[in-house]
Amino acid sequence: MSTHGENYLTAERGWRSWITTRDHKRIGVMYLTVILISVLLGGLFALAVRLHLWNPDGLLVSNDVYNRLFTLHGAVMIFLFIIPGIPAAFGNFVLPMMLGARDVAFPRLNLLSFYLYLAGTVFFLAVLVFGGIDTGWTLYPPYSFESGKGLALLLALLGVFIIGFSSILTGVNFIATMHNMRPKGMGFFDMPLFAWGLYATSIIQVIATPVLGITVALGFVEYLFHIGLFMPEYGGDPVLFQHFFWFYSHPAVYIMILPAMGVVSEVVSVFSRKPIFGYRFIAMSSIAIAIIGFLVWGHHMFVSGQSKWASVIFSVLTLLVAIPSAIKVFNWLATMYRGSIRLDTPMVYVLSFLLLFGVGGLTGLFLGSLSTDVPLHDTYFVVAHFHFVMVGSVLSAFMAALHYWWPKMTGRLYDERIGRWTAVMVLLGFLLTFVPQFIMGAEGAPRRYATYPYEWELLSRLSTVGAFVLGSGMFASLINLLQSLRRGGRRAPANPWGAATLEWFTTSPPDPHNFHGLPPLTGPYNFSVLQYIGGETGWVRRDGYNV
Amino acid sequence: MAGHDAKTASGPEQFLLDHFDSPAAQLHTAKLGMWVFLASEILFFSGLFTAYAVYRGNHPEMFAYGQHFLDWRMGALNTVVLITSSLAAALSVRFAQLGQQTALRRSLLAVIGCAIAFMVVKYLEYSHKITNGVVWGDGFSPSPEILAELPAALRALPVPEGMGRFFSIYYCMTGLHGIHVLVGIGIYVWIYRHAARGHYGPTYYNAVDNAALYWHLVDLIWIFLFPLFYLIG
Ligand code: HEM
Ligand SMILES: [Cu+2]
Repeated sequence: MSTHGENYLTAERGWRSWITTRDHKRIGVMYLTVILISVLLGGLFALAVRLHLWNPDGLLVSNDVYNRLFTLHGAVMIFLFIIPGIPAAFGNFVLPMMLGARDVAFPRLNLLSFYLYLAGTVFFLAVLVFGGIDTGWTLYPPYSFESGKGLALLLALLGVFIIGFSSILTGVNFIATMHNMRPKGMGFFDMPLFAWGLYATSIIQVIATPVLGITVALGFVEYLFHIGLFMPEYGGDPVLFQHFFWFYSHPAVYIMILPAMGVVSEVVSVFSRKPIFGYRFIAMSSIAIAIIGFLVWGHHMFVSGQSKWASVIFSVLTLLVAIPSAIKVFNWLATMYRGSIRLDTPMVYVLSFLLLFGVGGLTGLFLGSLSTDVPLHDTYFVVAHFHFVMVGSVLSAFMAALHYWWPKMTGRLYDERIGRWTAVMVLLGFLLTFVPQFIMGAEGAPRRYATYPYEWELLSRLSTVGAFVLGSGMFASLINLLQSLRRGGRRAPANPWGAATLEWFTTSPPDPHNFHGLPPLTGPYNFSVLQYIGGETGWVRRDGYNV
Repeated sequence: MAGHDAKTASGPEQFLLDHFDSPAAQLHTAKLGMWVFLASEILFFSGLFTAYAVYRGNHPEMFAYGQHFLDWRMGALNTVVLITSSLAAALSVRFAQLGQQTALRRSLLAVIGCAIAFMVVKYLEYSHKITNGVVWGDGFSPSPEILAELPAALRALPVPEGMGRFFSIYYCMTGLHGIHVLVGIGIYVWIYRHAARGHYGPTYYNAVDNAALYWHLVDLIWIFLFPLFYLIG
């Protein structure tokens, strides 16, 4: 393992070399930075919301400010963090390396996507400063487009539009990369499953995001010129907006979960030291989820007044999505079965994922079934459901990815013990936050209210305590990671986990050109080619190929 | 790292980015990317086509009435202009492949000229309507002059309720299409400047090729807009 020589972090110096870079690795790191800042902000808003709900009458702020807080929390977390999160940060960093390529297909476009994302984010932050949006992240008209909402709504729409465009360009880039940058000898079915997850995600990004784009563009025009598409006041139809919105936003939940599932596939296999079970099933179920996911948006509108036959069909289709999701879960469990499981930090997060995704997915079935959704719609039950899938599953997978690829990105090893315990803390905090919300929701507590009846005081307070445990766990794990960057932090070997995908067959951190020549291809889950040396060396290949 | 910068040779080879093995691979990749992007563009317009379908389904009378404010001759003229430009765009790719620089430049100019002609016609149409109160939403209040242009049978009928909605959709769709034409003009001006410096030839014509793909799509969308607004009543 060569520790001398340049790597992508040191090859060029100065901030200028960063902001003009076309290196996918640096772009990935820049995304990661902005995304982590977003998650921090979104987390602070969440804590404020939960703190306010400590008392049934509210503790901190006026009802209006409360509405703004949960809107900010939802909008920041969804548009800035969880949708771009895994693909933009980790996809950019590892996808080309997983394919043995020098870079993504269109490096310049990649940088442009980043700047669009950044500009969109700044617009969103402008909304934070000017304030005033209190509609929830869904921005339903008529309330949201009523005149007098001011600059903030326009900025928010513009921000979403720009971020959406950035995500389309990333999708285009990834699809072209996977089609055309694979080396000879690596077929589609030889790609790591993380790449498959990104492939399915990219398809959704390219096809669904423009619909969000046109929706916000029309919202813009509606707000400025009163064209009468969405606002009943001017002769429009607000339900049309809901159709448009969910035609994007339901597939968007798969934009979030599919890359997360890709991370899980990698980590489960590496930390069980067993080839992934049912590779083709996992790969194809991603595509199946992507396709069926386009046909179920109406399950968000069971009580909107859409036709009852539409509701029945949407309900049936929604239940269908459960099949490919379950296929994946069973394959992961089969991979772990009789594996030699190591509970390193990424794996702890992945076990959280499996538990929480199980619960989140199953409660999705309650909501997807027409008859049970009618009483549960817009209660805390829905809130708990989507937090189980978005926080419990996607955030866990994001943290797993962060800990898994951190040594590759930075060349440093974090403290494994602290990492593991913070992961457990995140899990426990999470359960404490959201299990009470399931109970409250089943009892009928409506979401998005600043106050609530006294009977829910205890459950609500438990949830608040949980949120702070969760937040502290997250914060501690980030500190743990940053600690490893100190001078004298432990250096990471090229392959600390014994993984067999190509990104581990180059130095940590990688060379600016990723590889000096393509490593011999041995298959992404073929662990028999690896041998553990330990210490500063980690895992090496038996065939003598050395980085 | 200098890795991604174009090589410093002159001639078309300078555009081979060094993470590709060959010019052919680069062209192939660029085209794939463009096709995927165009899929995205189609979905972008699809939202508007959906709005069109919904409103037409709910208010057929608005569409039957509103159509008479649109001059099918202007629409047909623009259709011919755009089809011609698409032909020129296709020829520009061919000329680039053959390395015929003069013909390439001329065909590019033809595309730009047609696109500008399209926008001029569009401007005439829009301004005639807007000055006569034929606008979107609640602002719709046609002037007596423009009403006088309608067929006599129609003039006898009352103006349908909420007529402005038809023009909301009309302006949104044709406006968005117009923005795409403007972007196309920008792209073709940029390409022309490269072509004038002789950057394109048999081994490198990716940009010309991709611009033509984009332009055909813009053309195709108009081919749908024209009958939907001007012809079927
Ligand atoms: C796996 C099977 C899943 C099913 C069957 C399912 C079903 C549903 C249904 C029916 C609703 C609407 C509930 C209502 O408003 O009455 C819903 C809401 C939601 N789901 Fe899921 N879901 C699934 C997975 C996911 C995943 C993976 C995510 C995200 C990663 C997700 C995120 C959301 C969000 C964000 C909402 C609420 C949006 C809002 O009203 O603000 N779901 N889900
Ligand atoms: Cu959904």
